[in-house]
Amino acid sequence: MGKTLSEKILGDKSGTDARAGDIVIAPVDLAFVQDTTGPLTVRQFKEVKHGILANPQRTAIFLDHAIPSPNRQLSNDHQLLRRFAEETGCQIFEGGSGICHQLVAEKFANPGDIIVGADSHTVTAGGLGAFATGMGSSDIAVVFALGKTWFRVPETFKISINGKFQKWVGAKDLVLHLIGVLGADGATYKALEFDGNAVANMTLPQRLTVANMAVEAGAKVGIFPSDNITRRYLAAQGRGSKYQALQPDADAEYERAIALDASELEPMVAMPHAVNNVNPVKMLAGTKIDQVFIGTCTNGRLEDLAAAAAILKGKKRNPMVRLIVAPASQQVLSKAMRIGYIQIFVNAGAVILPPGCAACLGVHQGVLGDNEVCLSTANRNFKGRMGNPEASIYLASPATAAASALTGEITDPREVA
Amino acid sequence: MPDAVLRGRAFKFGDNISTDHIIPGKYANLRSDLPELAKHVMEDADPTFVDKVKPGDFIVAGKNFGLGSSREHAALVIKMAGVSAILAKSVARIFFRNAINQGLPVLICDTDKIGAGDEIEVNLSESSIIDLTKNTKLTFGKIPKVMVDILNEGGLIPYISKHGDFEL
Repeated sequence: MGKTLSEKILGDKSGTDARAGDIVIAPVDLAFVQDTTGPLTVRQFKEVKHGILANPQRTAIFLDHAIPSPNRQLSNDHQLLRRFAEETGCQIFEGGSGICHQLVAEKFANPGDIIVGADSHTVTAGGLGAFATGMGSSDIAVVFALGKTWFRVPETFKISINGKFQKWVGAKDLVLHLIGVLGADGATYKALEFDGNAVANMTLPQRLTVANMAVEAGAKVGIFPSDNITRRYLAAQGRGSKYQALQPDADAEYERAIALDASELEPMVAMPHAVNNVNPVKMLAGTKIDQVFIGTCTNGRLEDLAAAAAILKGKKRNPMVRLIVAPASQQVLSKAMRIGYIQIFVNAGAVILPPGCAACLGVHQGVLGDNEVCLSTANRNFKGRMGNPEASIYLASPATAAASALTGEITDPREVA
Repeated sequence: MPDAVLRGRAFKFGDNISTDHIIPGKYANLRSDLPELAKHVMEDADPTFVDKVKPGDFIVAGKNFGLGSSREHAALVIKMAGVSAILAKSVARIFFRNAINQGLPVLICDTDKIGAGDEIEVNLSESSIIDLTKNTKLTFGKIPKVMVDILNEGGLIPYISKHGDFEL
């Protein structure tokens, strides 16, 4: 019997047969924390008897969730993390470098790697063919100390996507639709494995968008096979030698198979307060909004900004709507400046935030007021997510977000582009 | 190790209680001040919970409890509130690991059979849940051995400190 991508990676790394349902212990290629989960991880790590850092070069701290720091307590947390990096020699990425998941994609993740992070959207690196999953602070503290952890080998859902996307419809619309199909717990503990000709044609950043949201259906990983697109991305990031071809076996066993036709998809929106509460944009057209947020580990990459810029070019935001743009990394920001996207956003009346998580999790930089409505390109719209349980969040693609910023209401990008 | 027999009242919650309901991201500034953070436990699901919960009580939830963030603080503040175990129809993956790693049992059972405020007794070694108010008995799903071992040591950090490594 053949193997799924998850069985292959966990089998190779653990030196066991690794079949769905098995529990294995496997070495980890990268373990990381961010600034809101890192301090607890550091404290837990210090409680591990005889704990020294197993692999400083494979241990990373990203300051991204609350940068520049909005208050004294978080500043002190940042200090604690900087001191830990100094003491242990682990890697640290200062505030403004970018969102952890984007930096993991740009600098670390390779096909066949095992990556664990104290952040649920660690699944993003599945777009590069890594077995990447989120864990809590205790688990990551132990990986810091031992360089390995235990995994239950997940059963896999095969998600086959064929056909050609319509113009202004893309990865975000696809993954929102998929989560609507699966439900918020439809893939709990499972691996999502993607395949089909639409996947083969998907750019690497689009794959990262889809993998990023696997956890919103409860999945442990969302993983793509590697191919020439993966190879080219790694080469462009200076890691061409890290490429390896990774495909599931033809006779691998899947718990469930789901087939989607990309050509039938249209712009989608997740409505408050659940990510699987999904409808086509046209059903919600006219819904008034107060704020548009373009960015995050889901949709803060260069081609996301390109889509938004194409719609906003030479136009102004609706005066009743605040427009916030936060590129996902310094690399994205630099390129967006060179190409001119940032100037387009500024001309359109946007506030440009530093690379980081920004308004996504309600700490700062765009907290919503009572009864306000935000249209965001993020991955979560839970009650209270953006700092106020009396506010509402809709999730959509960068194109839909940009179109809606022009009109002041939820708008199909095909109507204004 | 958690006591083999747990006893308390049921605090009922619905499906899809997220980590933002349990402890919102807006309190990130309090994550290094756990007693202060714990004052906000379950705030966006039931603002009165923190004042009503007593040591030994249970959170009794529907499907997919703890979905969302990896923040282990969610499991931590529930434990700090004195909750002795979480009973749910199903639980999100990361939260499940986090709760066990904090020594907080998560038991999967048919929580529709338990009423709000019911007096509950859980026997961990016998895998039974008794609703003393309704005089009914439920069973809960098996927990993987590695998690039982971690739970028995009171959490992952004490487990690794004692054993030095994972033992499957």
